[in-house]
Amino acid sequence: MNTSTNAAAVQFIGEHLLPGQLGYFLTILSLVASLVATFSFAKAFYAKEINSQNEWKKLANIAFIIESVAVFICFIILFYVISNHLFEYKYSYMHSDKHMPAQYLLSCFWEGQEGSFLLWSFWHCVLGLLVMNRSDKWKQDSFGVMMVLSFVQFCLATMVVGLYVFGHKIGSSPFSLLRDEMPWPILSRPDYLQLLKDGTGLNTLLQNYWMVIHPPILFLGFASTSIPFGFAVVGLLKKDNKWMVNALPWATFSAGILGLGIMMGAAWAYESLTFGGYWAWDPVENASLVPWLALVAAIHTAMIYRKTETGLRVTYLFFGLSFLLVVYSTFLTRSGILGDTSVHAFTDLGMNGQLLAFLTVFVIPFFVLFFARFKFMADPAKEDAVDSREFWMLVGSLALFLSAVVIISITSIPVYNKIFGTKIAPPEDPAFAHNQVQVFVAIIIGVLSAIGQFLKYKGGSEKGSFIKSISSSLIITAIISAIIFAFVGIAFKEKGVGFLAALFIATVTSVFAIVANSHYWIVILKWKLKSAGASIGHIGFGMVLLGILLSSSNKTVLSWNTTGINVIQKDPNGKSPAGNPMENITLFETIPTDMGKYMVTYVRDTVDNLDKKFFELKFAEKGINKTIKDSFYLYPDVLKNNKGMEGFSANPSSKHYWNKDIFVYVTSFQDHSKEDTVQFKPHQIKIGDSVFYSNGYVKLEKVLVNPNPNRAANVNELVLQMSVHSVTGLAYEAKPAIRLEGMNMTMIPDTIRAQNLILNFNNVVDQTKGILQIGLKESSTLSNLITLKVYEFPFINVLWIGVIVMTFGFMVSTWARVKALKSR
Amino acid sequence: MKKTHIILLVLIAAAIVVLISYTGDLSSYETIGSAKQKQGKFLNLIVKMDKSIPVQYDPVKDPNLLKFAVQDSLGGKINVVYHNTMPTDMEKSERLVLKGKVQGDVFECSAIVLKCPSKYKDNAAANKNQPVAIAD
Repeated sequence: MNTSTNAAAVQFIGEHLLPGQLGYFLTILSLVASLVATFSFAKAFYAKEINSQNEWKKLANIAFIIESVAVFICFIILFYVISNHLFEYKYSYMHSDKHMPAQYLLSCFWEGQEGSFLLWSFWHCVLGLLVMNRSDKWKQDSFGVMMVLSFVQFCLATMVVGLYVFGHKIGSSPFSLLRDEMPWPILSRPDYLQLLKDGTGLNTLLQNYWMVIHPPILFLGFASTSIPFGFAVVGLLKKDNKWMVNALPWATFSAGILGLGIMMGAAWAYESLTFGGYWAWDPVENASLVPWLALVAAIHTAMIYRKTETGLRVTYLFFGLSFLLVVYSTFLTRSGILGDTSVHAFTDLGMNGQLLAFLTVFVIPFFVLFFARFKFMADPAKEDAVDSREFWMLVGSLALFLSAVVIISITSIPVYNKIFGTKIAPPEDPAFAHNQVQVFVAIIIGVLSAIGQFLKYKGGSEKGSFIKSISSSLIITAIISAIIFAFVGIAFKEKGVGFLAALFIATVTSVFAIVANSHYWIVILKWKLKSAGASIGHIGFGMVLLGILLSSSNKTVLSWNTTGINVIQKDPNGKSPAGNPMENITLFETIPTDMGKYMVTYVRDTVDNLDKKFFELKFAEKGINKTIKDSFYLYPDVLKNNKGMEGFSANPSSKHYWNKDIFVYVTSFQDHSKEDTVQFKPHQIKIGDSVFYSNGYVKLEKVLVNPNPNRAANVNELVLQMSVHSVTGLAYEAKPAIRLEGMNMTMIPDTIRAQNLILNFNNVVDQTKGILQIGLKESSTLSNLITLKVYEFPFINVLWIGVIVMTFGFMVSTWARVKALKSR
Repeated sequence: MKKTHIILLVLIAAAIVVLISYTGDLSSYETIGSAKQKQGKFLNLIVKMDKSIPVQYDPVKDPNLLKFAVQDSLGGKINVVYHNTMPTDMEKSERLVLKGKVQGDVFECSAIVLKCPSKYKDNAAANKNQPVAIAD
């Protein structure tokens, strides 16, 4: 707000101030209303008499409804501001532009911190209204949950309110005006809006349809973790654990949605980022995965408690942590602390203190309460049966939880560096550092989710002996695994035998999880859907693991550089001295290039009206005897970067087969629009002589005089027949010529595109001795060229189908639990 | 002691072992001077481009060969070889984090992380590219 005072006298032309003023008012209203709601719900929760409880409940409900309406209208106003390109608002100027396709307007909405906070808040309102609707059934518990939820809403409202309190800026408003935020001279002119031609646009990487749908799903997942968290707080406050039956369908819903949201992010990374995969153990990815792991662990321990009344402490802890980790992730991704380690954290808005306060205000009270109730949560003293379902479920939950602890500890390295001033950097191969640990978690979870359902709570197995019931699953698993190893294999030998063995075991155990849970669903549940949520969820999880193992361990690079001219001494694995594979291949326009299984041709490129440059690549699969078996086209594109970044960002393209994807993206490109400054180098040459160029030599075969019989009478032509031999063994023919038409002499150069070579016949130096002068020009800007990376991902569809199946499983179990609650 | 407690202890011990062994894999940030002393050790350098020496990259000759020179804040200089394409914006970047090893006189780089402050600060980026009225 630095220029607003001196700009007050200026009348600005064409501004639309009403939406912003309304928006400001509504954010403040929602802040106040959520505080009133928190207080009133707390009063209702603690009320001793039914009358005063009803009074407070009424007030609280009204406050929450006002808050929700305010948030909904803010949502609409911000969308209005963006979609109408009102660039007087900073948010619209910073995150959108006029050329953007309409479907990405929503992506602009959540590109910035303010919009995504608003989205998060929006989902809390929707969920809160649903919880309020349950108050007849849940009674006091619902007030407690709403108290917690309203307080979360209050904290989120502070993030978008944009107020100055005692000189400190609280939150960042999505409705602030550009001229209030930016010290640019132009903004003090009355007609500045006419001068602002366009907004700075949406980050090119986010211009992808997954970015329209992934954030809302993910934030619904984040928002929904606060309901089970609220229940857990209520349980601790009341010393009463009856809430679990009501909370479980919310928890399974949340886990399903959060899992789906995370994997949609993975799908976006796969389709639009160029690290060549769907998961890179990036801090931002880890930060969203970890709450999910805690939540899934919590769901399992809550079921243990419901059946056996043990495992209370871990259940409270895990439900607590699933929400607290969401808040911690918010802190990590939004404070800019990950700047050094993550490629896609949010921009820093200078709200670190506030974000830290948001974190502490939940973490400290929760743990104080947790430890105050530690005795109350003690398990009844009895020995666990090793053949019971709950025993192994608990082991599995602990494994999930510790996996989360390991991941978040590693992800928090930048935080330690900040606190302790250390200079710890990630390891050489950060992905492998995670993989070598998590593969064992995958093995444990695979086995446990396979055998778990065949065991009974409190010991014994269902339908006869345990071994008998799983033996057929084991046989089928052995057969399927054998087929997989015979026809697909696990080809990841780079990290040694130990890791390879672990990958083999993990493949078998994930097949086992799929088979055993299918078996349980078909044979024991007799296809009954209502009880099958867990089985279906486990089948999906098994498929996710199997898909990850098969696609990542068999990922192959197709674009090994085979055409490189100054090919460096390659080691047998095709690695450079620094250890990274030389994965880029150069393609010249129109020239087919050999790429292992395929002949690849860069056919042409086109630019669409959004400045997106598409490269048409023809992939022809080589058959036997140089025949072409199959051919297809891929269209990777590049988009000029915006937001002050130069260069372009590449968007991959994939050919999907049922059993594999061919994944390609452009790593650099060059078109000949650049100025060509290279000069012709003259050489004297006789018939039979050769001249070297950087990549081979040129030989003059013979001189042809007037080879064309149809020439006009006054035209004389002298044509050099030359051959060009490159070091790679390829030979080309070139025919530069001189043409005399009366007294006019023209030179007709010849071009060898594949060698970037232009040959010119300059003149005849000495006719009697047959000495001629030619010009040689080597140019890098001669023809259009691109460099590419091409990967093959086998069986990646198993992963995507697994995600869908797992989400379906969570939804089935949510539906079944809701139905069971209604019938009570 | 109950069996779950034993399992819990085993798993926690496993997690601690994992975290400790992970610390063995961790690398460090070094200056060019100290990196030269540690030949062949994987490390991270925070540097900026040495603009006095031109960047060599020619995708026609070899798309997997990039050579450039860098310097750090203490004045140390080193030549870098990177067997990959040239990252977009590398020459504009104010700060580079290079991951790799010093081998002889050159830094064999396996990954480059670009630091554009603009990427993390909306306002800084915008200030750099603020609109100006041309006809004034």
